[in-house]
Amino acid sequence: MSTVVLEAKGLAKRYGDAVAVAGIDLSVNQGEVIGLLGPNGAGKTTTILMLLGLTEASEGSVSILGKDPLRRPLEVKREVGYLPDSVGFYDTMTGRENLAYTAKLAGMSRELAKERIAAALEKVRLSAPADRPVATYSRGMRQRLGIAELLMRDCRIAILDEPTSGLDPQSTQELLDLILDLSRGGMTILLSSHMLDVVQSICSRVALFNKGRIGFFGTIEELAARIGRGSFVIDVEADGIDLGQLAGKTDGVTSVASASHGLWQVEATRDVRSDLAKLVVEAGGRLKNLDLRRARLDEAYNRYFREVANAA
Amino acid sequence: MQREGSPFRGVGTVALKEAADHMTSARMHLIMLLVLLTAIGAVYGAIDRIRDTTAQDAYLFLKLFTVAREPLPSFAAFLGFLLPLVAIALGFDAINGEFNRRTMSRLLAQPIYRDAVLFGKFLGGLLVIAIALLTLWLMMVGLGMLFLGLPPSGADIVRGVFWLAATLAYAGVWLALAIAFSTVIRSPATSALAALSVWLVLTVFWGMIAPLVAGIVAPIDPFDPMSVLNRFEWQQAIARISPQTLYGEVTGLLLDPAARSVGPLFMHQMQGAVIGAPLPTMQSLLIVWPQISGLIAAMLVLFTLAYVVFQRQEVRA
Repeated sequence: MSTVVLEAKGLAKRYGDAVAVAGIDLSVNQGEVIGLLGPNGAGKTTTILMLLGLTEASEGSVSILGKDPLRRPLEVKREVGYLPDSVGFYDTMTGRENLAYTAKLAGMSRELAKERIAAALEKVRLSAPADRPVATYSRGMRQRLGIAELLMRDCRIAILDEPTSGLDPQSTQELLDLILDLSRGGMTILLSSHMLDVVQSICSRVALFNKGRIGFFGTIEELAARIGRGSFVIDVEADGIDLGQLAGKTDGVTSVASASHGLWQVEATRDVRSDLAKLVVEAGGRLKNLDLRRARLDEAYNRYFREVANAA
Repeated sequence: MQREGSPFRGVGTVALKEAADHMTSARMHLIMLLVLLTAIGAVYGAIDRIRDTTAQDAYLFLKLFTVAREPLPSFAAFLGFLLPLVAIALGFDAINGEFNRRTMSRLLAQPIYRDAVLFGKFLGGLLVIAIALLTLWLMMVGLGMLFLGLPPSGADIVRGVFWLAATLAYAGVWLALAIAFSTVIRSPATSALAALSVWLVLTVFWGMIAPLVAGIVAPIDPFDPMSVLNRFEWQQAIARISPQTLYGEVTGLLLDPAARSVGPLFMHQMQGAVIGAPLPTMQSLLIVWPQISGLIAAMLVLFTLAYVVFQRQEVRA
């Protein structure tokens, strides 16, 4: 059993009558990458700020590495790096100077800081523009500078708020590689994002926020299973048959949906490709394509929130 | 709930960074150019005037700061008017600027307390003002020695240094005011305007408002001579709400050893006094001690206000 590095119990935040976060329980193990998902205003950023101790919770408690961020904020903040949503730097200072400032605030010695900053900038490939003012940096470069700050500070936990918002696909990929790098280095990472394919590609578990609560917390496969569909999705392309009538009775198939003419999407709890092929051929249809893929997070996400909305 | 760790961790770092920022900012260069030009004008006028008229006057050296030649005001009067402008220029976007640059949340996520951010910003601004003031003061002393061929006496230096300290406290009031506005108001332009309005009201219009209000509170009764005094005291009390009045009184006493009082003085109080004889430096200082305390108190109150608001502020912009 891996050690729990971050734990929140019954965390709630109210602004007057408005409830931003209505009681959240979260437990994160060492080395995990957790995706925080949910619509805007679901309480993700507020939760992050409470975890960091930057906002005082109305109720509940947080423990990071066994410490309370409200009571021992300096020790907690030394171990936890935070990359805010659209991170800002001092425009008139160079990238290197910006990092040197935070290194000094973290109490690093000048030599150590110099060494670590150079290494971090090298890693995020900002060595060349490091001595230009940040005003000349693109958005992707700023985000990478933010990652460099986390690298330099050598935190044990990193909390990234929307790190990929507003980035082009190439920068997004670069940033993801960096985040994966951090994770391989043993850092525990919490990441909030709206880009679900991003989350799926790097997160070990996801937390779905809805109206100030965590509606679901677990792996993507668990999410797919939980909302009543299998974790196997098969795209079937065939002519001359109606798969919707044929496949419904097959063992393991949970649903068959017609996507367009001659194209179906079959969801199942196991790999039913051979059964489907047999069905199509025996019914005299012409099978063109059978494609198995994992449950996609965006589908699961959309369905989850549709169900939540219907239940309400 | 008891917090652990020192709230002063990082104060020095923040202060030095702020000071370095101010030193290199175009804003500071412009305003220091303005101050420098007016200072040179004032000291030139003063030297000219001292040469012409008061060749045998005592305390010539201190006169350098207070003597004026029309149409230019004296150096001390200039500082009283322009120093608030410098302080406001340094402080009006201290806190809201961080929010607008979106650096606040990242800054507060560093292992420091919020206290360090606010206090560091105040100290950084004060440090820059102190450096500028000291430079100006030394320049004045140097020019005086150069053109008048007159070295300052020990007492002159002591008075000058105390005056410098009081001037710094005066600038601190305005800096604290500007930072308080930058905490309360989210838009830097609005906070600058608010601070400038307060400056205009307190330095330009307060001199007109004080007698008006005093006239309403304590009207003069033609049959009661004491009512004149009563009204004057009211007027003075109201005028002293403005830091500029306090600073003017401190300047008047510290830079003029012959000055005896900041309030009304009666003939019987002057009995036996040698008119024009200088007061010991410590006595002058004692007379304006309340004024200096008042300036420091105003600075602390404004800073505390900013502190309380800032501590309760939400981090998310």
